[in-house]
Amino acid sequence: MKADPKNVLTGAHYLDGNHACAEGAIAAGCKFFAGYPITPSTEIAERVSRRFPLIGGVFIQMEDELASMNAILGASWGGVRSMSCTSGPGFSLMMENFGLGLMLETPCVLVNVQRGGPSTGLPTLPGQADMMQARWGSHGDYEVIALAPDSPQESFELAVHAFNLSEKYRMPVLIMTDECVGHMTEKVVIPDADQIELIERRYTDKKPGEAWPFEETEDLVSPMLPVGQGYKFHVTGLTHDYRGYPVINAEAQHKNVSRLMDKVRKHADDIIWLEEKDVDGADVVVVSYGISSRVVQPAIQRAVKDGIKVGQIKMVTVWPFPEKRIAELAGKVKSLIMVEMNFGQVFLEMDRCAKGKCETYLVGHAGGTVHKPDEIYKTIKEAAK
Amino acid sequence: MSAKVEEQVREEHPLEKILRMDRIPHIWCPTCGLGTTVTALSSALEQLQLDTNKVAVVSGIGCTGRVAGYMKLDSFHTTHGRAVPFAVGLHIARPDLKTIVFSGDGDLISIGGNHFIHTARRNVDMTIICVNNFIYAMTGGQVAPTTPLTAKAATTPYGNAEHPFNLPLLAASSGAVYVARWTALHVRRLTVAIKEAIQKPGFSFVEVIAPCSTLYARINKLGTGLDLMKFYHDNSVIRHGADLNDVDIDFQSKIVVGKFVDIEKPTYIDCLNAGNKRAFGDKYKPYGGGNGDN
Repeated sequence: MKADPKNVLTGAHYLDGNHACAEGAIAAGCKFFAGYPITPSTEIAERVSRRFPLIGGVFIQMEDELASMNAILGASWGGVRSMSCTSGPGFSLMMENFGLGLMLETPCVLVNVQRGGPSTGLPTLPGQADMMQARWGSHGDYEVIALAPDSPQESFELAVHAFNLSEKYRMPVLIMTDECVGHMTEKVVIPDADQIELIERRYTDKKPGEAWPFEETEDLVSPMLPVGQGYKFHVTGLTHDYRGYPVINAEAQHKNVSRLMDKVRKHADDIIWLEEKDVDGADVVVVSYGISSRVVQPAIQRAVKDGIKVGQIKMVTVWPFPEKRIAELAGKVKSLIMVEMNFGQVFLEMDRCAKGKCETYLVGHAGGTVHKPDEIYKTIKEAAK
Repeated sequence: MSAKVEEQVREEHPLEKILRMDRIPHIWCPTCGLGTTVTALSSALEQLQLDTNKVAVVSGIGCTGRVAGYMKLDSFHTTHGRAVPFAVGLHIARPDLKTIVFSGDGDLISIGGNHFIHTARRNVDMTIICVNNFIYAMTGGQVAPTTPLTAKAATTPYGNAEHPFNLPLLAASSGAVYVARWTALHVRRLTVAIKEAIQKPGFSFVEVIAPCSTLYARINKLGTGLDLMKFYHDNSVIRHGADLNDVDIDFQSKIVVGKFVDIEKPTYIDCLNAGNKRAFGDKYKPYGGGNGDN
């Protein structure tokens, strides 16, 4: 399916990451947005609220983030592409019902424009310290998909991609951006609608009475059932069977949770998106995501001038983590360096996957500003020894 | 002859069309008011002759939260307190459906209280059926924001020290356009109220005072389920249009029941359309749900 031209603001624009993200969502056919104001994410909500009336969408400012998360789930079951945006404190409030979205296998998109935490932290300054919360913030075992744009252009593109992944795998998808990307203004080129490929929601082709909401399928993604058409289906946040009926025992739990996890794990190669540069033959590989993947550039250039063989990996998807690729590289390189605006979150995954086969370094800090290239450069020098 | 009669009896339970018979028997205790309330909703839907394909029910967590699982409708069993905002999203996406939230007092008014008042304020077109048994029953009888002052609960063993909410007053002052209260004894009147609430455009609220003989009545030594029904019979006072400041429920006090509010007010979607029409004139196509294509 191609994007609807009525939704797509084709052309070259000068936009910040938040506005670009909103345009990406709109281009992807998002028609319901429920949110609660929070810095530094609010521009997404404001843009959507201005754009929606003439394209048939509804923006609603809910009473809090718990309501916002639930409203987008309800709207998605109503057949409408839906999203919300927030930042750290709101993300915490959404976590329980993000889990409901995973359990009900509900397509939708949630954007976290990260700021410094914990608690109220640094409302107006950047951070990347919600990455582990994105992975584990709701209770129970599950897998997530999280994307990390590094620019306004990528904020647009990854918003479209997030909607596609959410429909393809029938689950909420996270966009983990940050204050820096959200408020950075750059050129954003929005293509023609016919250049934007959208994945349609897969609905059952069975008749009412014959279809169930969580049927076993080879690809582990069950087609959805539409409301209002006589399917009279039931879905619950309780552990359930293929019919959506609660079943409270260990066997049902194993089956239900395994399926939620395998749905992502078995498609990891399709989901994981890495941009690699000069990795073959490198002694040191710098791994980063989001804004940090831009900040590493001057440091890498300086180290290359010094004659160090430095490769780089930009993680466009942070979750699911590229376990296989990191394990493979760990056997080949001298060192892996993770650069992120926290005291070591995604680093822990990199370190785990390296299994001691190479040295691992973290260049991290508490957030509030991007890294100084100098710190990264020094670590590359150290790692190349 | 008699064999034929038996066959007919076996074939047609009057509510078979509206209940998930593959999930019956339900988990509720004998003498619980939920069976009666579910019957009232089922009868209301039948009497209204609504297309049940176009009715969705959303519940939260608790004994009443299980209602969604037993109704043969598009049904959503959500998280604790969040049935209302989930229903808001569902309703806005599909305003052509009748959206009914069926949940308990703790779920709707304690943990979900903020959503309740704001959704009433917006006058979102949905029907809220709140089964009030004065207690958190699913978790074993803890105090609720509806537990009468001095009543005992598992977490107020020496008597409740808090004033309870007056739910009809709360709903009305938050903006509900239809407010009624009945007990599980008033089956016929309750059914009529649910019918009226479903037909009412806007946020309509029906409180159902329901017996919990397993917990509330036992802890407070109020007797059996039948004793509670007798109590409702002897102590319910029908007062339509009552001053809502006077409908508080004290421990074992009179219970004022009736239809309290029935007014007209533009719904959320009415106001949304009117506002956008004001801003954009003929360029604006009134919102009718879905992906904006209708």
